[in-house]
Amino acid sequence: MSKLNLSLSLVFFSQILSAQSTGNSGSSLMTYGLIGLCALLLVWALFGLASNLLKIEADKYGLDSEKNRIGIVPGLSDFITPSKPSFAQEGSFHYLTKGHDIKLEGAATGGVSQANVTRFALNPKNFHGMSPIPKVEVEVGMEVKAGDPLFFDKKRPEIHYVSPVSGEVVEIRRGEKRSISDIVILADKEMKYRKQHVPDIYKTDRAGIVSFMLSSGLWPLINERPFDMVPDINSVPVNIFISTFDTAPLAPDNNLFVEGNEEAWQKGLSVLALLTSGKVHIGLDARGKTAPAKAFTESYSVEKHWFKGPHPAGNVGIQIHHVAPIRGHERVWTLGVQEVVTIGRMFLTGEYHADRVVALTGAELSNPCYVRTKQGASIDELVKNNLTGDNVRLVSGDVLSGKQTTADGFLGFRDDQITVLKEGNDYELFGWLLPLAPRPSISGTIPSYGKDFNFTANTNTHGEKRAIVVSGQYESVLPMDIYPQHLVKAILTNNIEKMEALGLNELTEEDVALCEFVCTSKNPVQAIIRQGLDALKEQS
Amino acid sequence: MALVDFFKRIEPDKKKSPFLHTAYDAFFTFAFSPNTVTSGGTHIKDGMDLKRLMVTVVIAMQLCYLFGTYNIGHQHFVAAGQYLGFLEGFHLKLAHGLIKLLPIFVVSHVVGLGIEFYFAAKKGHAVEEGFLVTGALIPLIMPPDIPLWILAFSIVFAVIIGKEAFGGTGMNIWNIALLSRVFIFFAYPLTISGDQIWVSGYKKLTGGTLADYGWWHTTFFNKIFDWMGLSKFDPATKVIDGFSGATPLALGYEGGWEKVTSVFSESQMIWGTIPGSIGETSKVLILVGALILLVTRVASWRIMAGMLVGLIGTSWLLNAIGSTPFMQVTWTQHLMMGSFLFAMAFMATDPVTAATTNRGKWIYGIMIGVIGLVIRVMNPAYPEGWMLAILLLNTFAPTIDYFVLESNIKKRLSRA
Repeated sequence: MSKLNLSLSLVFFSQILSAQSTGNSGSSLMTYGLIGLCALLLVWALFGLASNLLKIEADKYGLDSEKNRIGIVPGLSDFITPSKPSFAQEGSFHYLTKGHDIKLEGAATGGVSQANVTRFALNPKNFHGMSPIPKVEVEVGMEVKAGDPLFFDKKRPEIHYVSPVSGEVVEIRRGEKRSISDIVILADKEMKYRKQHVPDIYKTDRAGIVSFMLSSGLWPLINERPFDMVPDINSVPVNIFISTFDTAPLAPDNNLFVEGNEEAWQKGLSVLALLTSGKVHIGLDARGKTAPAKAFTESYSVEKHWFKGPHPAGNVGIQIHHVAPIRGHERVWTLGVQEVVTIGRMFLTGEYHADRVVALTGAELSNPCYVRTKQGASIDELVKNNLTGDNVRLVSGDVLSGKQTTADGFLGFRDDQITVLKEGNDYELFGWLLPLAPRPSISGTIPSYGKDFNFTANTNTHGEKRAIVVSGQYESVLPMDIYPQHLVKAILTNNIEKMEALGLNELTEEDVALCEFVCTSKNPVQAIIRQGLDALKEQS
Repeated sequence: MALVDFFKRIEPDKKKSPFLHTAYDAFFTFAFSPNTVTSGGTHIKDGMDLKRLMVTVVIAMQLCYLFGTYNIGHQHFVAAGQYLGFLEGFHLKLAHGLIKLLPIFVVSHVVGLGIEFYFAAKKGHAVEEGFLVTGALIPLIMPPDIPLWILAFSIVFAVIIGKEAFGGTGMNIWNIALLSRVFIFFAYPLTISGDQIWVSGYKKLTGGTLADYGWWHTTFFNKIFDWMGLSKFDPATKVIDGFSGATPLALGYEGGWEKVTSVFSESQMIWGTIPGSIGETSKVLILVGALILLVTRVASWRIMAGMLVGLIGTSWLLNAIGSTPFMQVTWTQHLMMGSFLFAMAFMATDPVTAATTNRGKWIYGIMIGVIGLVIRVMNPAYPEGWMLAILLLNTFAPTIDYFVLESNIKKRLSRA
């Protein structure tokens, strides 16, 4: 279809040119034009036919491994698409044009230092679909080892959520209606691990591996799409996806995650490969000038896919969409790099090592840096002596889809980043008309300050919530064949059939976070998508 | 921020006087960006909001306003055969233009915003900014001599029936500004489609009619000009014999491009010193506005390009048939007359009433271009087709989107 458009527009332009050069009005020009048009159409039809025949032949021999790479006429994309970087030879290459990189001040730099944290917590609310009051298996004052179960969901008692550290349970915090919020553990100086007997993965069947993962507390590390939940114990994913880079604002460099953990990473991948009916796919970073860590590029028993483009190219949801989109009621598992490493280390050592490299980022930190700690570390202890002011917001995660937390809160279960940014609770005189302080935006009405400028953003909404007026805005930052604005409207009208048809299955909050950021009418797109996913889950 | 404190002190009570509070809120948020912070979703938000979006469109229209003011006066004196040069009698032209334009502008905003504030207070939500653009567009598409009560009526109709009945900003099906014009077009046809109304300041446009000057002309401005030593409004100004107030389109329908150029030169039409609605005569200044909208990415380039493609394609087709003089007019000549460019830049690109999918926008634009030109060239009853074409496509925009979405859904199903 695009080729037809192209050739037609070429014909049109040639006509314009000839009409202007001769200046002749009347029928003779028209006749020549029509004859020319017919001739061109004929040539185009012949080329199209030949090209299609070639494609059919190629298909027969299975040559067309990448979509539409075979044909006699070069496609427009051949001229526009940049070639693969030299290091990205193995695996498929995807160039995404839609999206937007939000450049912020306060990126973490330097090497990883050891953080001095004593309090850790596991929060049942970090898991979607968990009952508000899970069964807690420990009491205040009890000693636990790293890997000892802390609680389970009464609906799914097989899945144990285990302690990231060893130490004494010092507090069980409760939230609204006596729901459990944090189980706080004061960590030992010297970690003690619960030793597990590891089965030989090549001599055990899938059920054996699954039961080991359930008993050892590895299972909750897995995230299942479409609903972003800990998977059901009987669930068999059609594919497993791991993104090895993060494009979110101030996101940590994932290469640091595998430094020194190369063996555990590969072990984790090998284990995962046994759990899916399809393949393990890893998304690799093709944006930079140099190749990502060797551990990533030399991984085996996985399919490799290179992605180049602005945020959200590093989101696993986007990568799934371009590699093997979720169809119907299929289930797909996703994991972060550090979760894979934890799984790998368990299978290597029999111990639950919940080590996490965490990026402390944001313009309100005096020293943005990387630290090594464990899952669920205390926020207060992580950012101690590092804050520059009082009027700040602490976010566990990135500024787009992280969760707001307080100093006495803890790092989220899957989070590898803390962002500290200024609260924007000031009035601004004619702020909507004359933005005096630079602010990130995709709008052409707000100065962009060039490619290398880092913004110091605050949490002001920069306007009030309004009815949706602008169209095409969400689409411009979502590199998927999905119409997010219409999807949002389908969810708001609770049209289940339509939300499913428009591809809600393929999205979770983090994928549409950028849509929410750019929305001129300040609509809570992420919350709406979650509302839709919940409605969909209830139906199925 | 002492100023904020002062404003906070005079805030009316929301329960006791909802209307006053709504009005206060609208003006307060106009002066200060509110101090609300994000909660629950993204922690930072784009600096763009609806106020800024709407004002960008209004800014893009300002050159049309400036030139429109001048051109009202210029056409008035051209009809009298006086001050034919561009700069001759400049102050008189501006003064006459202001006398005509300001009441239209004020009525349009007072009536429209009044209704908007009333409904916002009634529904208990903040005043949406949509009317900023509508209120600024309406004067530009009216003839300078439009009776103010008709204008007020049309705005009441457009805002209440066209917008509030559908649920307010963002929910309307038809472009509000065009709806108010189409209301006049069908309810009071003589005031908008005759050939006498495009030149203001005379009761009739027959030779010898005296200019219709009021207190503002003869007393207010004449006193000022007298004191400044400039030329004054002359009550003896009258229409020259044999003057025709016909617009290029009316001429084109009669005798094609030749007849048009026998009255108006090409440069007159491009720069806009011709009779017409207040803001749509100057093609160059409209293009500047369109450029502002395109560079800031406020308006959709797909719709604009689509309309251009539709116009060019249809004019080729009509040229090929060529059975009436008007059919032989080429697309470049079509661009020079009438209000195509204004409709393209400011009317069709209204994001609420246009198609909302990218592919839909192309279809929408092209269809407007095709239908509008067909109406312009083939239909003797309507001198200009863009208003009707855009309203028609507004009606069909949801249908276009529906088919685009269906194709996306089918594609997803075929994968399963």
